[in-house]
Amino acid sequence: MASERPNRLYRNLTAKIAAIPMILTAVCVFLGGTAWTVVYSFTNSKLLPRAKFVGLDQYERLWGTHRWVVSIENLMIYGICSLVLSLVIGFVLAALMDQKIRFENTFRTIILYPFALSFIVTGLVWQWLLNPDLGLQSVVRSAGWVSFNFDPLYNADIVIFGVLIAGIWQGSGLIMVLMLAGLRGIDESIWKAARVDGIPLWKTYVFIVIPMLRPVFITTLVLITSGIVRLYDLIVAQTSGGPGIASEVPAKYVYDYMFQGQNLGQGFAASTMMLLAVLIVIIPWAYLEFGGKKRG
Amino acid sequence: MNTFKLFLAGASVLALSTSVNATDLEVTHWWTSGGEAAAVAEFAKAFDATGHKWVDGAIAGGGGTARPIVVSRIIGGDPMGAFQFNHGRQAEELIEAGLLRDMTDVAEREGWKDIVNPPSLLDACTIDGRIYCAPVNIHSWQWVWLSHAAFEKAGVAVPTSWDEFAAAGKALRDAGIQPLALGGQPWQSSGLFNVLMATLAGPDVLTKIYGEKDADLAAGPEMAKVFQAASDARSMAEGSNVQDWNQATNLVITGKAGGQIMGDWAQGEFAVAGQTAGTDYTCLPGLGMREIISTGGDAFYFPVIDNAEITAAQDVLAATLLKPETQVAFNLKKGSLPIRGDIDLSAANDCMKEGLGILAKGNTMPDVNMLNTEDTNNQLNDLFVQFFQDASITPEAAQERFVEIVRNKD
Repeated sequence: MASERPNRLYRNLTAKIAAIPMILTAVCVFLGGTAWTVVYSFTNSKLLPRAKFVGLDQYERLWGTHRWVVSIENLMIYGICSLVLSLVIGFVLAALMDQKIRFENTFRTIILYPFALSFIVTGLVWQWLLNPDLGLQSVVRSAGWVSFNFDPLYNADIVIFGVLIAGIWQGSGLIMVLMLAGLRGIDESIWKAARVDGIPLWKTYVFIVIPMLRPVFITTLVLITSGIVRLYDLIVAQTSGGPGIASEVPAKYVYDYMFQGQNLGQGFAASTMMLLAVLIVIIPWAYLEFGGKKRG
Repeated sequence: MNTFKLFLAGASVLALSTSVNATDLEVTHWWTSGGEAAAVAEFAKAFDATGHKWVDGAIAGGGGTARPIVVSRIIGGDPMGAFQFNHGRQAEELIEAGLLRDMTDVAEREGWKDIVNPPSLLDACTIDGRIYCAPVNIHSWQWVWLSHAAFEKAGVAVPTSWDEFAAAGKALRDAGIQPLALGGQPWQSSGLFNVLMATLAGPDVLTKIYGEKDADLAAGPEMAKVFQAASDARSMAEGSNVQDWNQATNLVITGKAGGQIMGDWAQGEFAVAGQTAGTDYTCLPGLGMREIISTGGDAFYFPVIDNAEITAAQDVLAATLLKPETQVAFNLKKGSLPIRGDIDLSAANDCMKEGLGILAKGNTMPDVNMLNTEDTNNQLNDLFVQFFQDASITPEAAQERFVEIVRNKD
């Protein structure tokens, strides 16, 4: 009997063969490239990679650099605000959209539309909108409110929020659509049951609907966080890191030192730190998500 | 049908005949502003006249954008025929890795050693006695450009030195004029600081600090004075919400700003705008404090390409770039000084003539690019762009960080 059972290795053989190129790409390019980067971050490579190891020198310099620290702070502020606001705005818009309103298609298109624009275009559009001489400030001033002051991109203290506005404007449409799809997937009978039991609407959302939307939330969470870590083009288009270095982000530091500064070692060290930060977030989450299921 | 076949035959014959005589050579550079584009067109014209074809590969956005593209194309095995860098340490590693052609043969045939003036220009192209680049011009940073219209409006005489300019800052501000125009790009801030250092503290101080990593000198009282001056410049520059250097120059041209500290390439912009030195604007070499110019500039490098036709075209281009007539036509448009002293530049304007005079007297200093690697320049950019945009950083704090960069530089 036992010999007649098909070997597990040969089950779905065609599918496995079809997956081989992708597996090779993932292993060689992603894992291999990552390992190579980490190894070379311990060298003093300049314009070209060279295997002369200098220990933790690059990391010491990295954490002693003002600009890197500012970059990390900016990413934290942008990350937390963007995560919370995207989820809240996306969910609220989706819940409103789900009230069987008229012209839903039109509204959905309008709200999703910014997502069709690249970050470069988004950044430029918001650079103009927030420019004190051409944009919002001058419009309000010309309407009569002369003392109105709104120039986030030229104020080092709040510039990151100017970027945040553009980021949210671009990204929340997609979150809304995903949430809306999730809401549509919830069975009508659940709403009816909640209504029969006399549960107030907000409680239905918070205690019944949102827990049921868990998979959607996880998808959106992954989308938003990956967008936060690779934040680069929006900054380049909108502020180029300015004023001064007030809106610098880690990805831009990596690029600038690898290519403009002709210092690969420093860029590798910075990108390794970025990878580490991502791992610190992902590993506990993956453990809870996948490790928990086996026990249950 | 027959006509079509004839057309095809004709086209292929045409293609064949041109490919025998001429080689397309892609030349990459970052000269895209009005004056720069007019100047590079002179090179293209001269090269096309030799029977080859100049394929223009301009990259907008300045050296910071263009250099990474050039380097990754060369490393990635897709080199262009020739490219422009600032000579100095920018191409050092590419040469050491054997990716750039040794042009010594062309240099000897054309006698570059005898004609290039000052000789330090050729030294910057030379590694281990071999010549790797063709210098095409001399650019110096140590200039301030002043708008006559702006000072007239403020009711102040056009200054003759940095000190007078700094003193006039308040009058300009009161008249609603931006005293000093400064773009937001990082290299402009560090460039401004290096100019203040070279003219107020002197070229020897700059050479010692950047060339010999003299951290004690960097921490000393002479540099403290420079940082104080930089702080004055910072308050004069407050409020100029522009990014690119030519936008800042435009503020001076239109009289919206009193002046700008910028290299002599700014002159091309004044020329394109139809302004004349002495009546519409004034230039002060060495900020009117110290007659000195740095001899940085642009040079062309030639990647190694395994193709005899391209190699031959590279040789022709290198020789063409340094020919007297090309040098005159190019430098007049570019506003830079020629790299050879034996040509007639009587068509030059007053500012260029002043520069030529200083060059003839030998009051030159090495350019920062020859002393610093791009890594160090990038660190300086980070420091000074922050300093000039954020008034809460004290000159003392900035000096401390400056000393740290000097101590750890390579």
